Amino acid sequence: MGGESIPVGRGIEVGVERPARPTYLEVVHSWIVTVDHKKLGILYICNGLIFLLVAGVEAMMMRIQLFFPNNTFLSPFTYNRMFTMHGTTMVFLVGMPLLFGFGNYLVPLMIGARDMAFPRLNAFSFWISAFAGLLLYYSFIGGVGLSGTGSAPDVAWFAYAPLSERAFSPGHTVDYWTVSLLLSGIGSIGTAINILATVFCMRCKGMTLGKIPLLPWLYATLSFLILVAVSPLTACQMMLMVDRYLGGHFFDTQAGGSAILWAHFFWIFGHPEVYVLVLPAFAAANEIIPVFSRKAIFGYPAMVAASVGIGFISLGVWAHHMFTIGMTSFGNAFFTLSTMLVSIPTGIKTFNWLATMWGGKIRFELPMLFSIAFLFQWVIAGLTGIMLSVSAWNWQLHNSYFVVAHFHYVLVGAIVFMIFASFYYWYPKMTGRMLDDRLGKLHFWLMVIGFHMTFDVMHFPGLLGMPRQIYTYEPDRGWTLLNQIVTVGALIQAVAILIFVYNLVHSFFRGEEAGPDPWDAWTLEWATSSPPPAYNFAIDPEVASRRPLWDLKHPEDPDSAFE
Amino acid sequence: MATIPLEHSNREVPWRLPTRGMVAMTCLITAESSIFTIFVVAYLYYLGRDVQGPTPRQVLEVPIFYTVCLLSSSFFIWLAEHAIEHSKMTAFCLWWSITILLGLTFLFGTGMEWYKLIVHDHLTIRTNLFGTTYYSLVGLHASHVVVGLLLMCFTLIFAVSGGVGPQHAYRIKTLALYWHFVDAVWVVVFTVVYVVGR
Repeated sequence: MGGESIPVGRGIEVGVERPARPTYLEVVHSWIVTVDHKKLGILYICNGLIFLLVAGVEAMMMRIQLFFPNNTFLSPFTYNRMFTMHGTTMVFLVGMPLLFGFGNYLVPLMIGARDMAFPRLNAFSFWISAFAGLLLYYSFIGGVGLSGTGSAPDVAWFAYAPLSERAFSPGHTVDYWTVSLLLSGIGSIGTAINILATVFCMRCKGMTLGKIPLLPWLYATLSFLILVAVSPLTACQMMLMVDRYLGGHFFDTQAGGSAILWAHFFWIFGHPEVYVLVLPAFAAANEIIPVFSRKAIFGYPAMVAASVGIGFISLGVWAHHMFTIGMTSFGNAFFTLSTMLVSIPTGIKTFNWLATMWGGKIRFELPMLFSIAFLFQWVIAGLTGIMLSVSAWNWQLHNSYFVVAHFHYVLVGAIVFMIFASFYYWYPKMTGRMLDDRLGKLHFWLMVIGFHMTFDVMHFPGLLGMPRQIYTYEPDRGWTLLNQIVTVGALIQAVAILIFVYNLVHSFFRGEEAGPDPWDAWTLEWATSSPPPAYNFAIDPEVASRRPLWDLKHPEDPDSAFE
Repeated sequence: MATIPLEHSNREVPWRLPTRGMVAMTCLITAESSIFTIFVVAYLYYLGRDVQGPTPRQVLEVPIFYTVCLLSSSFFIWLAEHAIEHSKMTAFCLWWSITILLGLTFLFGTGMEWYKLIVHDHLTIRTNLFGTTYYSLVGLHASHVVVGLLLMCFTLIFAVSGGVGPQHAYRIKTLALYWHFVDAVWVVVFTVVYVVGR
């Protein structure tokens, strides 16, 4: 009886009078005042995609500058601005909005709720982070920065003190950076509170903690991480503002303040932030890999435990960003070991995904292709991470292109690839239409080729001693050819991403109809129509297992009999 | 396996979930705690590193009376919570008003202390590291007191005008949880600034 209450793709629109076609003004108005988690999710995603293109252009400008030694395409000042804005944008205005977009859209649907716990807080959080993005980019018009030259922050995305202090960064560019991060932090904390309250208080009947799908579980974990890790960033932005506006001395080395304290505070935020960004990638892999292997996820309790474990361990590893800053040997040893400890839960997750695929009937659809590429690239990124966690090795390679290659391997190879997988997997649910498969395959292969050309090769200039954040280099260093390969790879990725964006727009109008459940999947979001109505479910669903739709489709062999 | 029926709907277990207000407030408190932690760490780290005076030992006096006021307000807000749960609205308004008064007294104490420090001891936020860390830590706490007082004043106005009734008991408890947090933070700030730091 309980299982039958889930309407599979019908019985939603019955008896509902369709209102007259709204005018464009009404459509825009409805998107601006909306408190619907699905519309806000899509707004977050669009916001993230726009900034992805902007930050991508910034990356391309840097790569063009580095194509030839002694190139003059960008001035040194502009180059500084480009890497500062690229980093800040990608983390705060691309990564966070995209992860919140998918979270907003999927978490209530997957736990069988009609909306988030606090819909208006949700809208507030979105608009304040969107405003933070505009504020950061307004600095191009309104800012005066380092050396008195105009526009945009130029202190790198970690804005090490005392460079970010008033004495060394006069003008307003760092202020734009600070206020923007403060506001986007408030938005992130608001959404994190919302997601936690939603997961714990809005679950449909029967969904005990052990039956929550893995995606909501991981979103709860990363929301907890946001609460304890983004708040320190907010705190140190407050301190920087006290310094810059009220004449305080928190990071003023002339008055006894400590520049190292900023580095500690920033990385207390900065490292867990990496896990905040990578956990949604894991979450998507947890949903996609089983569906396309036609098997239930291997080791559900271990997966939950490993994710929560990653959450806790990641809070104690921040100083591995600071081995060259001069810590005690005890500090070095502690952070080396704690960093290596992270590889245990992540290893558990990797092996569980492999075990899920093992013996399954794998369907090589686009979401699965991206997930498989993710698995390979994630393992390699993890291995260079372990190399860098060894403090002695780190001293050699710190702030070199090896580090840049490592974290781009995580951010692009793992996170961006899983974001693409999520798009191919959930786009039909959000729009009701499938993404074009031919364009998607082209996107996938160009992306894989471009990614490996760029980021595999980028390790080598690092090993040869090329430091990061330099605007040019001499021809006799032997870095030229490597840099040129990297730039060509980046161009290929740019083409791939343009194809992807074209595919998003093209398929929205021309894509084939998806129907409620195009992938024959098992979680509750596929139990309603595509796109779902504003109220998600006509009747509140009731579940008895982790795969309610499997139970419904296979009443002779339900999961609930075994869990 | 075909014979196993879907039995879960037959064994009716009551389906209870935590209230979203309490969960959200707990989360907010977690986030706020880490903000305070950073400021407390900065305060402790910079103790005794000033290049010029005044130092905490020279200028700080222990605000025992105002501390007692703030901490006892937690007791009165607990009485208010208890009253509204049992639909005693008059008692609720009384205990709630006492809580607000105690909070205001504490805020007055902080104001007097700052007045003394700024006017007599010439310690401002730009004087030295102690000034920077002291005013920002104590000020951060005081701003939380102000937010709590504003929310409680609104609640009192609505309670007197009949807009808040016993049906809102759980919302009152959520707000009270925030107030308990503000008090608990003062215990930490007090220990750090006036006990360890002096």
